[in-house]
Amino acid sequence: MAVLLEVRDLETRFRLRKGYVYAVNGVSFQLEEGETLGVVGESGCGKSVTMLSILQLLPPAGRIEKGEVLFEGRDLLKMDGRELRKVRGAKISMVFQDPMTSLTPVVRIGTQIAEPLVYHRGMSMSQARRQSVELLDMVGIPDPETRLREYPYQLSGGMRQRAMIAMALACQPRVLIADEPTTALDVTVQAQIVELVKRLRDEIQAGIVWITHDLGVIAGLADRVMVMYAGSVVEEATVDDLYEDPRHPYTEALLGALPSVSETAGRRLTSIGGAPPDLVVYPAFCPFFPRCEYAMGRCQEQKPTLTPASEARDPRHRIACWVDIQERRRA
Amino acid sequence: MSGSNGAVVLRVENLVKHFPVRLGAYGERRAVVHAVDGVSFDIRRGETLGLVGESGCGKSTTGLTILQLYRPTAGHVHYHGVDLTRLKERQLRPLRQKMQIVFQDPYSTLSPRMTIGRAIAEPILVHGLLSKADVQSRVAALLRDVGMNPNYRNRYPHEFSGGQRQRLCIARALACEPEFIVCDEPVSALDVSVQAQIINLLQDLQRAYGLTYLFIAHDLGVVKHVSDRVAVMYLGQLVEQAPKEGLFGNPLHPYTRALLSAVPVPNPKLERKRRRTILEGDVPSAIDPPSGCRFHPRCPAITARCVQVAPEWVEVEPGHWVACHSAT
Repeated sequence: MAVLLEVRDLETRFRLRKGYVYAVNGVSFQLEEGETLGVVGESGCGKSVTMLSILQLLPPAGRIEKGEVLFEGRDLLKMDGRELRKVRGAKISMVFQDPMTSLTPVVRIGTQIAEPLVYHRGMSMSQARRQSVELLDMVGIPDPETRLREYPYQLSGGMRQRAMIAMALACQPRVLIADEPTTALDVTVQAQIVELVKRLRDEIQAGIVWITHDLGVIAGLADRVMVMYAGSVVEEATVDDLYEDPRHPYTEALLGALPSVSETAGRRLTSIGGAPPDLVVYPAFCPFFPRCEYAMGRCQEQKPTLTPASEARDPRHRIACWVDIQERRRA
Repeated sequence: MSGSNGAVVLRVENLVKHFPVRLGAYGERRAVVHAVDGVSFDIRRGETLGLVGESGCGKSTTGLTILQLYRPTAGHVHYHGVDLTRLKERQLRPLRQKMQIVFQDPYSTLSPRMTIGRAIAEPILVHGLLSKADVQSRVAALLRDVGMNPNYRNRYPHEFSGGQRQRLCIARALACEPEFIVCDEPVSALDVSVQAQIINLLQDLQRAYGLTYLFIAHDLGVVKHVSDRVAVMYLGQLVEQAPKEGLFGNPLHPYTRALLSAVPVPNPKLERKRRRTILEGDVPSAIDPPSGCRFHPRCPAITARCVQVAPEWVEVEPGHWVACHSAT
């Protein structure tokens, strides 16, 4: 399948009064057409910063040090503001975690959804409003004509997130980046949103990047999953391979640490000792080694790069690790 | 976990907590938030009772009202036969040693200006359990209990990560050798890898000190893992309560079923095959709760009776309680 979006060796850091926070340290990945890519990691692992870097929506202290973001044959990082605005919201759009802070509280829902249509598609406001009714209907908001005239505070959390999704899909983007879109919602509402996205993705034919820290949500949604730790991708595999045959010690530990409603016997959770590293120090070695039960000498000297996992079912199953945990498990 | 045949430590009877509020631009309309509306359960020595529900269902208010941090509007809380709701604050204080709480957010519940040693020593000194001279060794022992280095006692909370701070909050809760601890979403703010450490710690401490927990959470995976029995709450009321196996294996209330079906499991094959009951709409407002069964506007199994008559709280199997017309 054709590659829709490709990120190569992206590095982003944040300036502090003294030194830097090394938030993203050489992230590369590809998104194919019609594919859903899950990005999993704990807070501070750089998953959101990676996506914000793609669209250059970083806060002022953030700077992209190097890398390429290839989309439709061009490098987004080399575009100027005017060109970039034609991509944002039109070809690549984003849904954020908290719909209360990403919608303007003082503008009616209808106007907010119509805005990208007016801006990118050159529609008149009345045309755009008519289109907005259809969009709200598509995302399952009952009585869309009334809702259009309401303000965000009049909508519940789930409704707001539906409105955000309608807004993101308004211009039929090729790529939809969803940054923890269900984290702020209750499980029953989360299930509604997940079902909505599953239903829509066949209709809209867009590639989806779904960022989450919840390994449950992504299991039912993604085709491929990328696991991030301390600003780097540590494992990348199809969703089945990742859960059945995790190869990076971090992925393995993360899955073991997860209490699940599907488990039967009371087992002790595998806990990962310590905490993720503070990224004010550039991780020139494997960032997971202080917490890794397989760690060896080389891990603290050299940073591993993503390479195909040994004896994997899928040649695209890649890990960034010096240790072959397959072999260790057998030993 | 330990057996649940112990003596009843805490009996909650028909607990009600209403909050008066003022609505409208000028606060001209008075209304009442029915946060907790008639909740009853027992907690036995050494067990963990899980309390689950979505945000705003009243689970935290239940925990705080049990501890008399909110005074209930009606109902009783019996601790070893003593009705806490009738006691004055002064009479309650000695009992508070035995009933502690661990909150969700370890960032806002530790004073940033107090060293962690002082924060942990404070409850011991307030209750006059040890002299100032002896308190230091006790603080060191508590820090070791929760897996922290005792030499850290002169540091301040900002020097610690979220998981470490939650350990400190647990140490502080343990300071007066409590019997009963309300764990109010103790792991919700933590990342998965750290969450497992805290869950394991809470379980180890329970075994070591024979603690009794009321474990409040919205994550059903976590609740299933830690609890002996589980109670499900919806809009201020319990809808179902059962031993863990019964609740997860044979859920009777339509809300419990929908909640379980909404939880994603970390298994792609299982997830693809699952058929979900997706609830329509959102949780209604607790200011004006629906008539009859409070779940009826979203219930897939609604009958005419559900709109008018509130279902009774019935024990359908030993220990398995449910409030639903169609389940009984």
